[in-house]
Amino acid sequence: MKKITAIIKPFKLDDVKEALTSAGIIGMTVSEVRGFGRQKGHTEMYRGGEYTVDFLPKMKVEIVVRDSLADKVVALVIGAARTGSIGDGKVFVEPLEDALRIRTGEQGDNAL
Amino acid sequence: MKDLGSIARILPRRIAAALVVACLLAVSGWVFAQDKPAAPAAAPAPPPKPDLSGTATGGIADVTAKEVGKPTPAEIADFAGHNRVGINMSWTLSTGYLVMFMAAGFALVAAGFTRAKNVAHTVSMVFMVYAAGTIGYWIMGFALQFGGLGPITTLGGTGVLNNEVTITLFGKPFGLFGLTGFFLAAGTYDVAVFALFLFQKVFMDTANYIPTGALAERWKYSTFVVYSLFMSMFLYPIFGNWVWGGGWLSQMGSNFGLGHGHVDFAGSSVVHMVGGVTALAGAMVIGPRTGKYNKDGTANPIPGHNIPMAILGTFILAFGWFGFNPGSTLAGAYLRIAVIAVNTMLASASGAVIAMVYMWMKYGKPDPSMMANGMLAGLVAITAPCAFVSSFWAFVIGGVAGVLVCWSAVFVERTVKVDDPVGAISVHGTCGAWGVLSLGLFADGTYGGDGLNNVAGTVKGLLYGDPSQFVAQIVGTVTNLGFIFGASWVFFKVMDAVMGMRVSPEVELEGLDVPEMGAHGYAEVQGPATLAHSIGASAVRPPGMATTAPERSV
Repeated sequence: MKKITAIIKPFKLDDVKEALTSAGIIGMTVSEVRGFGRQKGHTEMYRGGEYTVDFLPKMKVEIVVRDSLADKVVALVIGAARTGSIGDGKVFVEPLEDALRIRTGEQGDNAL
Repeated sequence: MKDLGSIARILPRRIAAALVVACLLAVSGWVFAQDKPAAPAAAPAPPPKPDLSGTATGGIADVTAKEVGKPTPAEIADFAGHNRVGINMSWTLSTGYLVMFMAAGFALVAAGFTRAKNVAHTVSMVFMVYAAGTIGYWIMGFALQFGGLGPITTLGGTGVLNNEVTITLFGKPFGLFGLTGFFLAAGTYDVAVFALFLFQKVFMDTANYIPTGALAERWKYSTFVVYSLFMSMFLYPIFGNWVWGGGWLSQMGSNFGLGHGHVDFAGSSVVHMVGGVTALAGAMVIGPRTGKYNKDGTANPIPGHNIPMAILGTFILAFGWFGFNPGSTLAGAYLRIAVIAVNTMLASASGAVIAMVYMWMKYGKPDPSMMANGMLAGLVAITAPCAFVSSFWAFVIGGVAGVLVCWSAVFVERTVKVDDPVGAISVHGTCGAWGVLSLGLFADGTYGGDGLNNVAGTVKGLLYGDPSQFVAQIVGTVTNLGFIFGASWVFFKVMDAVMGMRVSPEVELEGLDVPEMGAHGYAEVQGPATLAHSIGASAVRPPGMATTAPERSV
């Protein structure tokens, strides 16, 4: 099993979800997060004063799939989330030890 | 009625209720029928016709007379006088209700321009100004302000407010404060006085809630409550007496030939500048919010949490201003109200537009918060001159205020280094001063001819040939700044020593909502409260409650 964590631009969430579900990937967890990478923050104005926002709003999408699907999911996420400009985000892939379905007690790939 | 009672016992309730309604209708029909002229007995009365166009409703038969339909000239004159006062009083009360609603606008503006963690505290201050202020004004504020007013000419003028404390200086009378109307008690239990009380009370509210915006996000609520009483019982009424209650600033015309004395039609100075100057003194005493200024003295913007809220509040205020300014005639029968309303509208528009253009050119973006401040600045400025100027000058007065407020907000923040989260000092103080001075420049002599402040002739500004009016405006403005700043600064210093003005740094950092008010403004989205709600708020128990929750059987 692999856990794929994608940090993406908030307005790209629908595209990513669409790409994954239409490829038959069901199940993901989404959270609103803030952070920065190379993009750094940006400046905003309020009442004649400029200020920097260091942590920009992003969406974190977490998907857990069997090993064989991982490359496909990564490709789908990158294809859907890319705008080509700085700040598009990152994808992290990590191995996952186990998974359990609470309702039935199924384990491993069967629980996904 | 006995029969009706027995029927009601027998029949089901619904039918009894229907019978009661029918009886009431019949009785009211009988009462109204008494007003109509008696039909000649011989000819059967034609069936009554509905009045579709409205032309047949209201006529000689509606004039109260001994012999219905044949009022004497004296009865007609009496009726006309009663009607005039009726129109004026309805107008005064209705516009007063509009001004009351401005509290909602200010609550939204103040909350929108400050942070979410303080929102319950911020709106609770504006809320309590209305309630506590009403009590304070009823106890003594109204008496000090208007106790020596004399007859209220537009509302009937019974003249029961007749005791002004006056001293003699340079051989001239100087009115200081009134002494009738405490608790609106017996001698002032009078319809005109009550109408005046309602209208002036909501004006006092306006001055009273202005400082809560400037001191928001760090003011101890207990100290604020004492302040709201001080403002309603003492500070506002005293200066208000000098200008509106027959006091010495209004007497400068009759005493020293300075125009019509200090003239402030609806309160650029009496209401707004008083609030703005008090806000300045308070914000200086309490100090800036933590994190507002860096060590080198440069300022950090602290963005407000809800711009739609602030914009909505601004619109509610602009709407309420149609009560504030046109209502200040205290007379719906003075048709100048049309000019006043249009001038108010124009100045609000030019204030917003010019502020937008100024911010856009100077800082690259139009800035919604300064656009909103610009509209309020235009409104504050036109409040004093609205009845005395042409629409062109109303446009100019509002536009100048639109620039002035942007400039002043930056000046107060970066040069004076006073932290004012909502811009109250600039909107109400700076533009209030501008408004009352602009009257002395642009009053065009078309209004004020009914012997305003016991001076014959109309009110003319510097540009229309009466420099002395401008001098009277300057004297009033300087007096406002000196007296209000001095008195409120001393008050805030004393409060700081006795009760403390400011919450602790920990409370300020956490947000004032829970430590000061006991409740989050946004319980479902803010921090630990979310957890407390989802687990049935068992984290905090009242003293004496069992420490372990009783077991539940499922």
